[in-house]
Amino acid sequence: MISFLLIILASLFFMGLVVRTKSIASGRKGPGVFQPMKDIIRLWKKGSVYSKTTSFIFQIAPTAYFTSVIMAILMIPHGNNPGLISFDGDFVFFAYVLTFGKFLMIISALDTGSSFEGMGASREALFSMLVEPAFFILMGSFALLTGHTSFHSIFSMLHYGSNISYMLGVLASIVFVLIAMIENSRMPVDDPKTHLELTMIHEVMILDNSGFDLGLIMFTTHLKFAMYGAMISNFFIGMLPLEISIPLFFVIQAGFAITVGLIESFMARFRMGHNPQFIFILTSVSLLIFFGVLLVLGKFM
Amino acid sequence: MKNISIHNNQSIPLNDIPELNYNELLNNAVKFLFERPDRHCVNYFGLKTEEGLKLICCIADDTEHLIYLSSSIVEEGSILPSFTAKNHNFEKFEREIHENFGLAYSDHPWLKPLRYSQNRFDENQTIANYPFYKVDSEELHEVGVGPIHAGVIEPGHFRFICNGEQIMHLEIQLGYQHRGIEQLFLQKTKLLERTTLAENIAGDTTVGHTTAFVNLWESLCGVQPDPSLDYARTLALEIERIAIHTGDLAAICADIAYQLGNSVYGRLRTPFVNFLQEWGGNRLGKGLIRAGKINYPFSTGLAIRLIQILKAYEPDFTEITEKLFALPSTLSRMEKTGVVTYKEVLEIGTVGMAARMSGLNRDIRKSHPSNLYGSRIVHEPIIKRHGDVYSRVQIRKEEIKQSIAYIKKLISHVPDFKKPENVVFTPGSDKFVLSLVEGWRGEICHCAITDSSSNLILYKIKDPSHHNWMALAQSVRNNDISDFPICNKSFNLSYCGHDL
Repeated sequence: MISFLLIILASLFFMGLVVRTKSIASGRKGPGVFQPMKDIIRLWKKGSVYSKTTSFIFQIAPTAYFTSVIMAILMIPHGNNPGLISFDGDFVFFAYVLTFGKFLMIISALDTGSSFEGMGASREALFSMLVEPAFFILMGSFALLTGHTSFHSIFSMLHYGSNISYMLGVLASIVFVLIAMIENSRMPVDDPKTHLELTMIHEVMILDNSGFDLGLIMFTTHLKFAMYGAMISNFFIGMLPLEISIPLFFVIQAGFAITVGLIESFMARFRMGHNPQFIFILTSVSLLIFFGVLLVLGKFM
Repeated sequence: MKNISIHNNQSIPLNDIPELNYNELLNNAVKFLFERPDRHCVNYFGLKTEEGLKLICCIADDTEHLIYLSSSIVEEGSILPSFTAKNHNFEKFEREIHENFGLAYSDHPWLKPLRYSQNRFDENQTIANYPFYKVDSEELHEVGVGPIHAGVIEPGHFRFICNGEQIMHLEIQLGYQHRGIEQLFLQKTKLLERTTLAENIAGDTTVGHTTAFVNLWESLCGVQPDPSLDYARTLALEIERIAIHTGDLAAICADIAYQLGNSVYGRLRTPFVNFLQEWGGNRLGKGLIRAGKINYPFSTGLAIRLIQILKAYEPDFTEITEKLFALPSTLSRMEKTGVVTYKEVLEIGTVGMAARMSGLNRDIRKSHPSNLYGSRIVHEPIIKRHGDVYSRVQIRKEEIKQSIAYIKKLISHVPDFKKPENVVFTPGSDKFVLSLVEGWRGEICHCAITDSSSNLILYKIKDPSHHNWMALAQSVRNNDISDFPICNKSFNLSYCGHDL
């Protein structure tokens, strides 16, 4: 429960921090950290407009997407405190609950019949598919390291006995930062700021969504960011008591948001054709973690 | 070959243009242009006369600094062999003639409406039923973009035929911005009205188009402009070039999502447009260029301001440019993206930056100089060879540096400006005049013809975008569809300049 509340709290300011970082990096003052959330609340007060060519899928998809992420968040533990849902092998369930939401978004984009949205859907499907092996190799390695298969037991058993295991924590954080960037369609894979439909991935899929639905999709993005931030913080919290772990949680979330902002400020987006190559890097890093785990366990001896 | 040669901004009696029969005109023009990259057709248009439709062909020779004119009279509505079948330089011109006068071509490969002008021959042709090129295939799909631009700039429709992410073909359909400018030039008889029209041909090239108009008008009326006017026009042209090039660099950075470049270049552009406001009261330079006079003399005080602006501009520009050209992520987006080869640009007949990016040396400042070019400023065009986005960005970078040097040279000596006074302009009768100016985008061509009672009977405008749109369509072939925006922005062509 505690982790669920913390993630919701972090999601309120996460995107604001990213935007603020980008503003400051480009020499502007920028809006307050709660501005993106205020925009979403404004959207929530509006009704939605539905195109006549769309079916019920288009109408249920944003809600289903939102629900899938909420469901996934319920499984995230906070150090020693398990999430509301916790069972052996829950990380597999976690991955596919997220995929289910994404699948509905993809077919809802196809439902509009727009060629732009079709393009966006195809890109999103491809990139998410390429991310999947990285996530499973990573979680599998940690399952091997700790001998457990649920988020809670993996993270609570995770302790850093040797230098190599510190390395593993750092590598895992890198992988999660990048997964979060790809899953949330941020730079350098996608440019959330662009107005050009032809270069978008996620934004172009939701071109036809409006009002409440759009607000829901945008809030879901914030939630997903905070969720991955929570996951990263779990690599470091371990068995720490709450009075240390809660501030640490927010420090890590803020650090994550600032990192995202800085990456987006000082580099250009990748060419679309280079994205798959980039995403494969994640799998390679995950494999490094896997071999690191084997090393720690002494399997090479 | 039967023709008459004139210099840039020279007016001649209309009857001096030799009249040939159509086949002779065709063969001569094709032969004249054959394997001569230093020659290109600057304008080719029809004029309704009593005897029939008079076609006038103007071919510029960059080596001899001359423009060759010849003409032919044909019957309206007749079916003729096309120039385009032999030389693609004429593709847009013949489509325009076909659209306006119903002249049918037997072997034109792409005889589609150009801009749906209000006085078109066939009123049944409407923008809603443009005949797009279509491919019947299960694998390929079409993506239609526009007419409303994603950034809500100007309207134009782009139809892609794609194989997945790869563009196979792009067709650009324009005409949404048509205002009938050429007709308005004939209807509005006051000089001020016409100057204002020239200022509004393309908002981003106000100085370029207005300079072309006033040069032409002064020549047509036989008025020798004061040297200080040439000075002001040259200076304004270079300031406009810096301002727009810098703005373009900002926009290119935005399209590749390089935020730092976008915000720094965006900030650097502003002092120059603001300087135009300081000088002439308008950020785009409207009201600054006037035939025979200037209402806002350039003063030493303004020169000092300009030096200050340059001093602040240069170090920041150098720093961000070094960053932009050294960052792997930006280079990977620009290099080998949107390539148009030398052969292709030659065939299309592109002008300005879109020619120089691929090694085709076309720069009016060098080949047909007017105002202070060729005298006080000896221009050497900047040529790149690769024809990709990177080349176009490099040209902008180096032209900005060049323009800064020119401005410094110009403001080292500010001439005396006379008090503005209204000169009486009376255009000559039965005259033909042609004016070429190198705007920031490329060659601007204005042509005017008067009748026996000195009234304008034809005013023809050719913006550099006229030819260059085709180069954009070629550049995106086999590129990712997601790279289209950066290709488009690196050309930065004008919709209204094309649609008139």
